This record gives sequence, C-alpha cells and structure tokens, in this order.
Amino acid sequence: MRPFKYSNASGPAAAIKAVTANPTARYLGGGTNLVDLMKEDVMRPSELIEVTRLKFSAIEKKANGLSIGGTATNAVTANHGLVRENYPLLSMAILAGASAQIRNMATNAGNLNQRTRCTYFYDVNMPCNKREPGTGCGALHGINKNHAILGWSEKCVATYPSDMAVALAALNAVVHVEGANGAKRSIPFAEFHRLPGNHPEIDNNLKHGEFITSIELPPNHLADKSYYLKIRERSSYAFALVSVAAALEINGNKIKDVRIALGGVAHKPWRATIAEQLLMGKEATEANFKAAALAELKNAKPLGQNKYKVGLAAKAIVRALEGAMQGGTYGAMEAGSTTTNQN
Amino acid sequence: MSETGKPISRIDGRMKVSGKATYAAEFNQPNMAYAFPVRATIAKGKISSIEDATARKEPGVIAVISYKNAYKLKPLDMQAQMKAGAAFLGENLPPLQDNLVHYPGQFVAVIVAETYEQARAAAYKLQVKYIADKAAVDLKTELPRSTKPKMFMGEEAQVNEGKAAGVLAASAQKVDHTYSTPVEHHHPMEPHATVAVWEGTDKLTLYDATQGVGLTSAIAAYFFGLHQENVRVVAPFVGGGFGSKGLWLHTLLVAIAAKAANRPVKLALTRQMMQTNVGHRAATIQRVAMGTDKAGQLNVLRHHTDTYNNLTQFFEPSGKQTLVLYKAPLREVTYNVAHLDRSTPTFMRAPGETPGTFALECAMDEMAYQLKMDPVEFRIKNHTAKDPVKGHEFSSEFLVECYRTGAERFGWASRSMEPRQKKHGKYLVGYGMATATYPGGRSAASVKVVMNDKGNVTVMTASIDIGTGTYTVLAQTAADALGVPVEKIDVKIGDSSLPPAPLAGGSQTTASIHPAALDACILLRKELASLAIADPGSKLNGSKPEDIGFARGTLFVKGNEDKSDTYLNILNRAKRNEIEACATTLPVSGAGLTVPSALCTPSQTPPEQNSDIKQYAFHSFGAQFAEVWVDEDFGTIRVKRVASVHDVGRIMNEKTARSQIIGGVIFGIGAALMEATEYDKRWGNPVTRTLADYHVPVHLDVPPIDVHFIGKPDPHISPIGARGIGEIGITGVSAAIANAVFNATGKRLRDLPLTPEKFLET
Repeated sequence: MRPFKYSNASGPAAAIKAVTANPTARYLGGGTNLVDLMKEDVMRPSELIEVTRLKFSAIEKKANGLSIGGTATNAVTANHGLVRENYPLLSMAILAGASAQIRNMATNAGNLNQRTRCTYFYDVNMPCNKREPGTGCGALHGINKNHAILGWSEKCVATYPSDMAVALAALNAVVHVEGANGAKRSIPFAEFHRLPGNHPEIDNNLKHGEFITSIELPPNHLADKSYYLKIRERSSYAFALVSVAAALEINGNKIKDVRIALGGVAHKPWRATIAEQLLMGKEATEANFKAAALAELKNAKPLGQNKYKVGLAAKAIVRALEGAMQGGTYGAMEAGSTTTNQN
Repeated sequence: MSETGKPISRIDGRMKVSGKATYAAEFNQPNMAYAFPVRATIAKGKISSIEDATARKEPGVIAVISYKNAYKLKPLDMQAQMKAGAAFLGENLPPLQDNLVHYPGQFVAVIVAETYEQARAAAYKLQVKYIADKAAVDLKTELPRSTKPKMFMGEEAQVNEGKAAGVLAASAQKVDHTYSTPVEHHHPMEPHATVAVWEGTDKLTLYDATQGVGLTSAIAAYFFGLHQENVRVVAPFVGGGFGSKGLWLHTLLVAIAAKAANRPVKLALTRQMMQTNVGHRAATIQRVAMGTDKAGQLNVLRHHTDTYNNLTQFFEPSGKQTLVLYKAPLREVTYNVAHLDRSTPTFMRAPGETPGTFALECAMDEMAYQLKMDPVEFRIKNHTAKDPVKGHEFSSEFLVECYRTGAERFGWASRSMEPRQKKHGKYLVGYGMATATYPGGRSAASVKVVMNDKGNVTVMTASIDIGTGTYTVLAQTAADALGVPVEKIDVKIGDSSLPPAPLAGGSQTTASIHPAALDACILLRKELASLAIADPGSKLNGSKPEDIGFARGTLFVKGNEDKSDTYLNILNRAKRNEIEACATTLPVSGAGLTVPSALCTPSQTPPEQNSDIKQYAFHSFGAQFAEVWVDEDFGTIRVKRVASVHDVGRIMNEKTARSQIIGGVIFGIGAALMEATEYDKRWGNPVTRTLADYHVPVHLDVPPIDVHFIGKPDPHISPIGARGIGEIGITGVSAAIANAVFNATGKRLRDLPLTPEKFLET
C-alpha cells in the first residue's frame, strides 16, 4: 500500500486534533475494512491515528439508556450482559455479521464507518462515483444482484453492509460524536447514514475529524419480542442479500410499538416506517404483517438483476416479525440455519 | 500387521500445525527483494505507452520491468517444448515479451523493490496506457464464432456427431434439457508464490507453490535456455492446488525480476490475482438428451457442451463421464469452443466431470422421474460393466455396490418419488443422488529408497503433497515393503533434483509412485539379502534368495525363522553406512515421462502387473446421496447430510482417503450452492474479485458426511491396487443436491450455483 504516517493517540483530544488538522488523516480502529481498502488503493489516507486504546470502550447504563463505547469491539458488545438482556436485537445482528475473528477486532465506531462492499467500488479500474465522483456507477447497468432496491440514485446503487447498524436503526440509537476543541453533538441514527443522491462519496453525516465516542440505546419494551433475520446463500460470513431487524411491543392483543429496519436493500439501514405505521395499533397477525411488508416494498425499484430482492424482502419482514413474536431467542427460527448462529 | 490402509495421522501434520512446514513464500533468502506485478486494465489490445519515471523514483524501487526491458525468453515453440517436457504452460504467453494484451488482469509489468509494500506502492504509480480492441467477453455472444476442436488431450473430441437425433426421435421416452455451470476458481488456501534465486547466469533455484516440480523445472529451463538439471524447483509443502498450480506466468516473471535485480526475489500473488492469473474452470452450457424404451432402458445419450478457451488448447471436457457411464448403445458427445478474451481456463478438480456430472446426472434424475422409476434403480438398470465406447472391461468395478451401499447407509428407501412430501417446520426436505466417476490414471514414476546403518529409511521422489497425504501413505507403503515401523521412514518429496514423479494432478500420484516405491523397496531387500547370502558371518549365508522372507527389520529363511539376520547387522558386517535402491515403474501403455537415466534406472516390473489401457478401462466410481432443506420463501438451500460411497481400489490410509472425499464433497457443495465468478459484459473484468465475493462453504454449510469405501484392490492398475482419490469426491455432488432440491420442492434448477435469487426466479 501507499506509505502513510501512523501514530497511537495519547488521548482523545490529541487524536481529534490530529485528524482534524489533516484532511487526509483517518482514525484507525480494528482496521478490518480500512486496511483492506488501503491495500486495494481505494482509500489513500496519508495518516492513521490509532484509537483502539482510547477509553471509549465502556458499556454502561446511563440515565437515558445504555451507552455503548465507540471503541468497544463488536464481539464484546454482542456478548455483553446488558446488551443481551435489554437489546437482544443488537446482539443478534452483530453476531450475524462477519466472522468471530473480525468481530474480535472490529470496533462499534468502525462498524458505522465501514464502506460499501460493492465490487465496483473496490476495483480502482472500474467507474465508481463513490470512490471517484464523476466516473459513473459501474453497478447501475452491471452486475447488481446484491445492490439496492430502495433509495438509490443514478449515481450510486450500492448497499450499506453493516448488520449492527440495521439493529441500531430499529432501536432508535443516537450517535454521540466529538469534534475539534471538544465540540460534542448527538446524531439520531436515522440521520447518521445518507442516501446516495448526488453525493454517494459521502456515506454519512460525520464531519471530518469527528469521532464517535459512544452509541446510546434508549430504553424500550421490545426485548422480549425482537429478532434479526439475515438471508444469504451461505450460512455465515457473507453480507446479507436482505436482512431484517424486527421488534414488537404488544399491549393486549394490539401492537403498541413496532420497529422494522432492513439491511442489504439501500445505501443506509432502511427503516420501514411505512410498514411500522400500518402496524401500529393493529393485531399482530400474519395478514397484517404481510400487508405492511408489501406496502413498504411498494416503492422498491429493482435494478436489472435484483428483482428477487423485492419479494424476498417482503417475506423476510413477515418472517422476522413472526420470529420476534415467538420470543426471538437465538436461533429459534433456524433449524435449517438460515441465519444467526451463536458462538 | 500391515501399515497400509491404517488410518494413521499425517506424518507431517505436527510440522504443519506448529508452523515448521515451510511453504514457498517462506523460503526467505539473504538480500531478498520483493516483486509486485502490474496487471492490464483492458481485455484486449496493446500497450501504447508506459510511463515509469515516477514509479522508478518511489522509495525502495530496484527495477521496473515491462516488455520494453524484460529479459528475452526463448519464444514459444510447441515442438521444441514437447521435446523438453516443457509444453504445459497454464497459458502460452511467456511474460513481458511483447505489448499485446489478451485478457483483463494479464501481467504487463513487474516492480522490484526492497519491501513488498514498496513494490506494491510503486506499482500504483506506474502509468500504462493502452489502445483497446473490441474484446470477446461473453460466451453466448461468441458462440456463433466457436469451433469444433478435433482432439482433447490425445482423445477424439467429437464422438458420433449428429448420430443421436434419429434414435432420440424414435425413443419411447426422452428428456432434453440445457444445464449451465459458471466460472469457478480454485482458490487454494496458500496463494501462489515463488522465490527465485540465480547463481550466476546458468543456475536457477525456484521455491515455488507448484503441483509439479519437474514440470516447473522443465518449463523454466526451456524459456531461460538452461539445462534442466540447473533449474532446481523446491516445493516441500504446498497448501492446496486443485489444478491451479501448474506453471503460470508469475513463476517466469519472478525469475525475470530476479535476473534484472541480480538478487533473490519473492513474488506472492494476491487473492485478486488468483482470480485472473492462475486459471479457472470455464463456464459451460451443456445440452443433455437421452432416450429410453418403455421399460427405461437407455437407447441413446447425447451430451453437447458449449464452452471457451484462451491461450491454450484446453477446454472444459464436460462430456467425459458420458463416455463412461451407462449401457446405452449409442452416445454422442460433442463440443463447441468459443474464444474469449478472459484469463485462461485450466484444469480444476475433476475437470470435465464436475460440471459434466451435474448435467448428465440431473438429466438422469429427470428421466427417472418421467419413467416413475427410482433414480437408483434406473441407474442400476442401465449400468454397464465395461467401457461403453472402447468396449474394454473395467479393471475393477463395483459401482452397483456403491449405489446399494450408499442407499442403505443414507436411508434412501424413505424417499418418496413425488416431490414436496417431506417437511420440517418451514423447510421442505428432499433426497437426491447421483453417480460419481473419475478416470484411474497412472504414469511413470521413479522412487529411490535409502536405508542407513541406524535403520532409518528415506523414501525420495519428486512428487508433491498438495495436502493429500502423499508423505504419509508413502511412508506406509515403504514400511510394509521393508518390514520396518512407519516411524523409521522419512519421506523426501517436492524437489526436482529427486527421482522424477508425475505432476500431482489427475488423481494419479498414489497409483503412479507407490508401485515404484514398492519396487525400490523390493530391490533394496534383495540387495540386503545378497549381502547376507554372500556373508559367511550371516546365518543366511548360502541360502537361496527366493527362500528369504522379511519382517520387523529382519531377513529370515521362510519356514525356518531361526535362520535370520537383521538389516542392521547385515549392513554393519558389510561396513556399509547405507544401502539404496531406485526403481522406475512404467505403465505398459499409459502415460509416461522422460526419466533422466542418471537419476534412476527403469526396473523390470513384469508387464502383467502394469496398467494396460489397451486391455482394461481404468475408472473409479461412486455414488453421492444428499439431503437438502429448502426454505421456499427465501430460496435458501442447506445440505443437511451427505453419504458418499466410492470404489477407488485399495485404500492406502483410511483417514487421509476419507479427508480427500470430504474435501471433494465440500467442494461440490460450494459448486452446487454458491461458487461463481461473474464478469462484467462491458469490460470483461471479473466483478467477483476476492474471497469476500467468491463464496466457498463455511463450517456451518458442511453437514455430516458419511464416507464409505468399497475398498477392493484393483488387480490391474498395479501390484498395489490403488487408484487415485483426489478428484472423484466432488463429482456428482452438485447433481445430487440439485436432484434433492427437486425432490424437496418440485423445482428443477439447471443453472449452477443454486442461489436464492435463482430459486426465487425459477
């Protein structure tokens, strides 16, 4: 890869200062994505500031919910008692992603910052507006089986790869960031990632130098009925064709709260607000689930090779909601191992 | 008790798991530099300019080599190469000799630098400009311009062309369908790597991840104009090959780089390069038709394959098994081969049979269903006991036993003929089966055996262990043939300076080198016996050679075992530090190799012990059974268990043999459900670029696999009785799975791999 400067930040302020000062500097977490991208010459940072040793790895109860450190690893987060007990959806989603080795390295902040796995993005000889604005989208009329069906633009049809983020979207997470001179702000999860529009080169609304210190999970009553369903042609270690994070709160026989987010279908975790609105106050029946799923997918616009994703996503929403209703314990639906395996 | 056949663990296993086994890229040399290749970004055309001034100024750069300044290799000359045993390049394109581009990813330059990362960084700075021609990148588009090759590897390629149509039309029952298979890549765990070390200008050592040290040595010698004995190729451990580790251009490229840098140079390919520079299994479109009479007896089989090639004559021979299986009086097997400007196709585990059994064995299933016959019974009804084309008896054949044993072990009887009868929760459950087959090849080989005065034995041959267990089974054969424990045997392989052995490909290593090892051990025992017979100090003094038996490191007179002498005493009294013997065994009419007589003299094995392809047809057979669970909503298919029963002759080591079959079945699950490389039709480049895109099965995709061997020695292949086992395990697997998907769901999927997308859109 190209030469770069590397340093281990002495503290958060120093790290933020260093990255802010250099427009081509990046934070280095587990490096499970960034280093690959550097080897491929897709990303060419001149400087890396390692942040894994900064003290942002706590997972702790706070007044407004659970706070998950930006530098806590995915593995620690997924297996943390407070997460498993109160936000099993997040545990399931994390464990559905990558491999045990990668989850051991990858940080939560890095997970949110990972780039698409669109292979046109990865191949520097191919056109890609995300990698090199103005060169065109290779996937739009190319091999696009794994690409977006919702929210894409002519400039970019890539999908966002994270499983963790799909659960975070459903859980109304809030991303806490810190910028230069201690400037702190909070970004609601729905506003964190972006649709491609005319600027697919910008994945999310972080400003250069802003550092994800923690992710806040507000309290909810969804833990008993939540489920993460991930569909892929092999049983593990593959990005989702479609994934669904689903969670319900039932009062009497009516849906009091429902969260549905989709992965593998758009440039960001796709919160299925249309489906959610249709379900609020209704009974949790298969017919209602189906109607809601179809309504959500009504706006889907498949590309040349991914028509299958539309029906698949609708069926996945129904199945995930059913899984959530059945208690959403790990692997409850998965005698045939189509999704999450617990390690 | 015999060591042969015992399920002993690999004798090199401890070295491998403790990191002591040295692979090509680990042969670091003093003063070694690193090479990183630059690859073409167009599919076809020529280089118009190379601007290398910037790259040359990058830190650590030692050399920037392109066609403009590369060492001029000997030109391609098939006749001269054949004569030198240097014909089988992965692609006929000596690197950096001209400015032409034949496929995306072709090596067009190489950077040599002090470190790997410096070489790679400088490679990004090299500016190569091209003039692109219109490229042929899509098989279907190019088929109208395809040709019908006359020959494939010395056999007629087009068999009975045009003869099947009439019989088909007149058959009571017929099926006629098109099946297709994608581009697959080998992706052995160990990426290809070579370390090149020159001594002066006429001696070259290559530490190379190769399936054939002899082949690599001959080819490198030819292109650099060296004597073959001056090109030493070393590969003691190779982390898988599957057909991809013949001779590919990087090996010549790094030797060019080392020559230019005047230093040892290492080159290790990236995964991305393994998608473009070391071959692949070509995509096929296969049309299979068959006709039967009313009772289900086959009248005719027709198997046509459309595929492509580039830069060699090799094409995917997916009609092979259709010339071997079933008792149909007429069979037509034909090929159309197009040209694509795509990296060059090559041999990949069971070339031909892997895609070919998918098509043929799915069609057999479709016919069985049409006839309302059990697929096993339909196959048994049409079983042939001899080669249906050449008419030769099979050397040894227990296919019906494979079907019956497999059906029994799998519980086939509980399958219903009609699909969609078995459910488990959300899943539809189905059973499927298919026939497995692969030729039982054997080539000439030489093995040398040395015993020292401590009783330690070294077995030496220029064979390769690509992870198959060659080290271990050779030790077992020698232990039995000499009557010493396995622990006393050291095996040295993977070095071209050792007596020659065939390429570790085509499932022929065991069949080829073990007869030679056996002969060498027999010669060594005879030598010991004659020393003892001639020695007045030996109890065997004056005995007749034919009366002498052996066991536990001792020679004795048969029937009078008190008259004995140990190997060590014989050697000590003769004041010999060691004793050696070398044997070369050659199949009567099978494949041979040029044996440098300096390395080993051919031994006189009686011809009837050898593999005579004029008298017998040598093939291995098997039966694959699979249970799948299908989630119809999602199109996800999971294999829940497999039974894999094989007739491969004698089993040399129950454990390593079982591993070979398990590996083959897993490979087959990959081919069935996920493996495929896709190319962009606009530019011809692979869009599947790394193992993140090219999916192979993970642990969770691999179910319990019940492996069973018939285990009857083949009396005609060699005195050992073992045929090879490296490839048959993959054959038939994808068909068994696709047939099980039909049994589960009623859907026929005829295009591999069977992904959710295809299931949902079928």
